[in-house]
Amino acid sequence: MSEQLLEVENLTKHFPQRTSGIIRRAGSPVKAVDGVSFTLGAGETLGLVGESGCGKSTAGRTTLRLIEPTGGTIHFGGEDITTFGATRLRELRREAQMVFQDPVGSLNPRHPVGTIIGAPFEIQGVKPAGGVRAEVQRLMERVGLNPEHYNRYPHEFSGGQRQRIGIARAVALQPKLIVCDEPVSALDVSIQAQVVNLLEDLQNEYGIAYIFIAHDLSVVRHISDRVAVMYLGKVMEIADRDTLYAAPMHPYTQALMSAVPVPDPARENKRQRILLTGDLPSPINPPSGCVFHTRCPKFREVLSESEKQRCVGEVPLLVNKVDNIAGEHLAACHYAEARIDVGASTTGTDALLANPIEE
Amino acid sequence: MTIVSPDIEVRETTAPNRFLEVRDLSVYFPTEDGLVKSVDGVNFGLEQGRTLAIVGESGSGKSVTMQAVMGLHRGTRARLGGEVWLDGTELLDAGNDTVRKLRGSTMAMIFQDPLSALHPYYTIGNQIAEGYRVHNKVSKKAARQRTIEMLDRVGIPNAARRVDQYPHEFSGGMRQRAMIAMALMNDPKLLIADEPTTALDVTVQAQILELMKDLQREFGSAIVMITHDLGVVADIADDVLVMYGGKAVETGSASDVFFEAAHPYTFGLLNSMPRLDRERAERLDPIPGTPPSLINLPSGCAFHPRCAFVETVGHAGRCIKERPELYAVTNAHRSRCFLVDQDQLGALRAPTAAAGGDEA
Repeated sequence: MSEQLLEVENLTKHFPQRTSGIIRRAGSPVKAVDGVSFTLGAGETLGLVGESGCGKSTAGRTTLRLIEPTGGTIHFGGEDITTFGATRLRELRREAQMVFQDPVGSLNPRHPVGTIIGAPFEIQGVKPAGGVRAEVQRLMERVGLNPEHYNRYPHEFSGGQRQRIGIARAVALQPKLIVCDEPVSALDVSIQAQVVNLLEDLQNEYGIAYIFIAHDLSVVRHISDRVAVMYLGKVMEIADRDTLYAAPMHPYTQALMSAVPVPDPARENKRQRILLTGDLPSPINPPSGCVFHTRCPKFREVLSESEKQRCVGEVPLLVNKVDNIAGEHLAACHYAEARIDVGASTTGTDALLANPIEE
Repeated sequence: MTIVSPDIEVRETTAPNRFLEVRDLSVYFPTEDGLVKSVDGVNFGLEQGRTLAIVGESGSGKSVTMQAVMGLHRGTRARLGGEVWLDGTELLDAGNDTVRKLRGSTMAMIFQDPLSALHPYYTIGNQIAEGYRVHNKVSKKAARQRTIEMLDRVGIPNAARRVDQYPHEFSGGMRQRAMIAMALMNDPKLLIADEPTTALDVTVQAQILELMKDLQREFGSAIVMITHDLGVVADIADDVLVMYGGKAVETGSASDVFFEAAHPYTFGLLNSMPRLDRERAERLDPIPGTPPSLINLPSGCAFHPRCAFVETVGHAGRCIKERPELYAVTNAHRSRCFLVDQDQLGALRAPTAAAGGDEA
């Protein structure tokens, strides 16, 4: 696995908590990211999905060390970047960039667009051939902005255009990796497709790898090669896109898939949803054993008492569950079992149901 | 069928038969830059026990339409026109007292963002009971009892304890449930839900939609669901009204709009979204351009600058010069596009293999 662009191992981020009151004591930390491991090849897209509060954004930011990890290692291009100091981190930013969800909050309102997109050149001391201005205008044109708007300010652009500005800034130095944190969630439906297509075109052109963080499972299926599903700071399942969507193995992924409404009234009327009960448990004090067992439909309805004890007592590891030439299918569940009836897809999925590995 | 279109409508001054009827509604906002025509001549109707989804992008006028029905533009600078009939009463010309009596009892609204719609300073229970006590002569104790019942009904565990908690102590999904409980306190006959699940996760969204369907079965309320999520529409709606630039561009039953979409904007939207129920497309097929300015709508059809079929549809620039009306495609299915020929529509509606212009 040494040719991978990015190798993240056992990444953790615990935010310290302070108890309120006059005497401040350190409380139990918020375990936002709790032992996340994944790899990403050059030019590949990894989708990171999960509900709000599952730690997907923190995982993305910690990977770039925008947030300092509490534990674990991150190898980028073969180097361990967890120990990098300020100088080397700045050099790393040439190679690894970020696109944020909120195109208003991530652009300085007092800077014209030219300055915003040109900032990476200035900060990194890079002098493009032909000058910064020409290069910025080329970038603006590339992402679908009018280069004549070089001197305009962010508020003069629409939401979709602002997101294009953020994307132009991220690709300015032709990085190898961009972490996209919900880049299209704030955009109107008709604009989303434009931005998704732009991200795909740039990937093909420059060979950029993406970590695409989103809660919209349809967009993630469209753009990702592989998909990781997170819940309460942990990865529940990772597989290649087609396998995951056709035959999810983890009960959480199954519930998530079944909850997505599709724009087809006939199918919606027939679909059975797996409804999860209750709320997300607190990441300060996550449930013992499998963190999902408190809401797991399988735990509640299918498993025997002795099987339940295992879910409560033993943390399931994220391990390969299938013997499949198509690739690995990792799931963190003691009783993982592929289901093809929960998604919205109608296409043939038998081929994807590989032989489960005997435990 | 529950939807009228302006081209066949005869101006009546009498009360309509239908439970809710909106006739030629317009809402204009005067601003420094000019008159913003947020809603411009919208007609629709709804029977009890049915669900109408109003679909559109931000700025299409979907929320403003229903705010006008609720009377939330009263006392503002907004200029309203047309008629809104609810259960035999005309609301736009009615006095404040009349509207105040109906609002919160006969008609209720669920807002998108429960955190800003709930007061942070009062307990959930107080806020929910307040509306009940305004409309009913009951004791505090009885109102509290009813509040606990309602919280329990919308699936809040430990309602008797939760009733005394503050909004910040509730999770997003729970707050939205509390909002629904508040809206349902007086058994409203008309429930307006403005993007009730947009801020929620899909698993919670599924719970809330399920709850709304249950409650409708139980109480027979009419529901107007404002949303931009076509998946949600498919899940819950009987009828659909698609809005663009302050006007209805397509109306019909859910199956009309989803399977026989007649307006290029509607099928553009359906084709531009990545869909879990279809084979994954290599490329998305976006609608080019951006939504129009409501101060200066494009000439002719408001959608023509973004429409791929201007050449096909309009002869000699008809789409650019002439404003289309809502034309009947089939009996109840109407589209604001010159193109109503079924065969021609069928050919255009199919997703195109090659993606067109991406420029914004």
